[in-house]
Amino acid sequence: MTTGKVFKYGDNVNTDVIIPARYLNDASAENLRAHAMEDIDADFSKNVRKGDIVVGGNNFGSGSSREHAPLALKASGVSAVIAKSFARIFFRNAVNIGLLVLEMPEAADEIAENDILTLDDDKITDETTGKTYPLPPMDGYVKDILEKGGLMEAMR
Amino acid sequence: MTTKMTATQKIFARHAGRDFVRAGELVTADVDLVLGNDITAPVAIGELRRAGGSVKYPDKVVLVLDHFVPAKDIKSAEQCKAVRDFAREYGIKHFYDAGRSGIEHALLPELGLIRPASLVVGADSHTCTYGALGCFSTGVGSTDMAAAMMSGKLWFKVPAAIKVTLRGALPRYVTGKDAVLALIGILGVDGATYKSLEFFGDVSSLSVEDRLTMCNMAVECGAKNAFFPVDAAAEDYLRSRGVTVSDDDRIAADEGAEYEREVVLDLSSLAPAVAFPHLPSNVRFLGKDDIGKIRIDQVVIGSCTNGRIGDMRAAAGVMKGHKVADGVRCIVIPATPEVYSACLDEGIIRIFTDAGAVVSTPTCGPCLGGYMGILAAGESAVATTNRNFVGRMGSTESKVYLASPYVAAASALTGYISAPWEV
Repeated sequence: MTTGKVFKYGDNVNTDVIIPARYLNDASAENLRAHAMEDIDADFSKNVRKGDIVVGGNNFGSGSSREHAPLALKASGVSAVIAKSFARIFFRNAVNIGLLVLEMPEAADEIAENDILTLDDDKITDETTGKTYPLPPMDGYVKDILEKGGLMEAMR
Repeated sequence: MTTKMTATQKIFARHAGRDFVRAGELVTADVDLVLGNDITAPVAIGELRRAGGSVKYPDKVVLVLDHFVPAKDIKSAEQCKAVRDFAREYGIKHFYDAGRSGIEHALLPELGLIRPASLVVGADSHTCTYGALGCFSTGVGSTDMAAAMMSGKLWFKVPAAIKVTLRGALPRYVTGKDAVLALIGILGVDGATYKSLEFFGDVSSLSVEDRLTMCNMAVECGAKNAFFPVDAAAEDYLRSRGVTVSDDDRIAADEGAEYEREVVLDLSSLAPAVAFPHLPSNVRFLGKDDIGKIRIDQVVIGSCTNGRIGDMRAAAGVMKGHKVADGVRCIVIPATPEVYSACLDEGIIRIFTDAGAVVSTPTCGPCLGGYMGILAAGESAVATTNRNFVGRMGSTESKVYLASPYVAAASALTGYISAPWEV
């Protein structure tokens, strides 16, 4: 079980704003964390705490294949990304590095900035509104990768 | 239930050792080529080393230093060095460093590394370019790249597909760039998410370079891959690059294969397209839509989308004998050493320098806001690149308009977004 605060954004949050290319000359966790979400939310790295949750609209993570984008969120302590829909490479990269990504249109619509969420194995509870959302069914293979903490771990 | 397959599904079946695969199922498929660059490969190399793995098939790995090369700063130099050392350690012969490297998606087809019916993954989202030559190719991340290097295989969800039927031929000054921007305008930036875009109809009216440009931008509407069947022109191109094409390599969708949707694109009715900030789907057409007078500060002609010799010829044709407008910087970047050399041989570089343009060695540079033409706050650029997101080419308060080399060149001369016939 994890509890965290919500950082909410709109549609088409692309990997260029999640981690701008000017920082791609250094893939260290410190560098990625320091500049995560910088071009869409300059205060994100200052305000985010371990366990916090990013909520987006449609097509979250579109654009570049840079794995630095989910890595930047993971390095920031983000426990999950909830969105109405994801761009496919971002979704795949997030799974591969063990970052929980949840396609939940209703939750993504209703959950608001600064809400407090509790994440359980089978549901999300918005402690601010009291509403619960069941987690979507997950493909067995994808679930296995996430449970083991990433593709490299799952390959062992 | 149908047992008919799309072209993409057929390539998956073949690489998964199956007679039939259906949309939505997960398969583990053999990978013929794994690509990485100076941004994504260092992360993959780190993953591979951490896992204690090694490279299973060194000859199937391609490493191209192209994004921040020649190294723009110390950190970039360290990343290049990590890739260089790795290539040496594992005997990777397809390693391309400054002087031999070009923008990866222009370079690989040129070197004859792309074979029809093959399965290519690359740690770069524009890896979808190669579907123009009748293969499956898609962008992945660094961990996938590491896994593919270590095992020679990768997991995939077999995609459903959208059928794009092309009608007629492109008019003068209208290119594959305009066609793909029109398509993205129709589908939207997530209209093809997880799906294949398979082209049908009058595909042979398009040059191979136009097809490469169109497949290159398939990811901008979310597509997993794009696919053109191999026709005589594609076969000529492949043969000129040393690739022989057997009948077995000519993949075509089955009659009656299932497509979720069909889009008909009338090429003959298209006009030069411009994608306005800040989405590639935000498309208007010159001569059809009234866009007013949009002043620009910079023009970039190049990238994996439009840095090939045909693009250089198109831009030079417009710029010949003219001068870049006062107050405009025009940056031209031939995508590969071969394109650069051809520009020299054909007098194209001289046309650009006489016009007052900057000509750079091959690099992705400004396209992703790396270097070699970064925008300040309040500035606008017309670029032949592929993304116009907030901050993509520099300041979050700058603007990028995406267009063809004809429109970019014309705009460089007038100082505002212009059609080539206005020059």
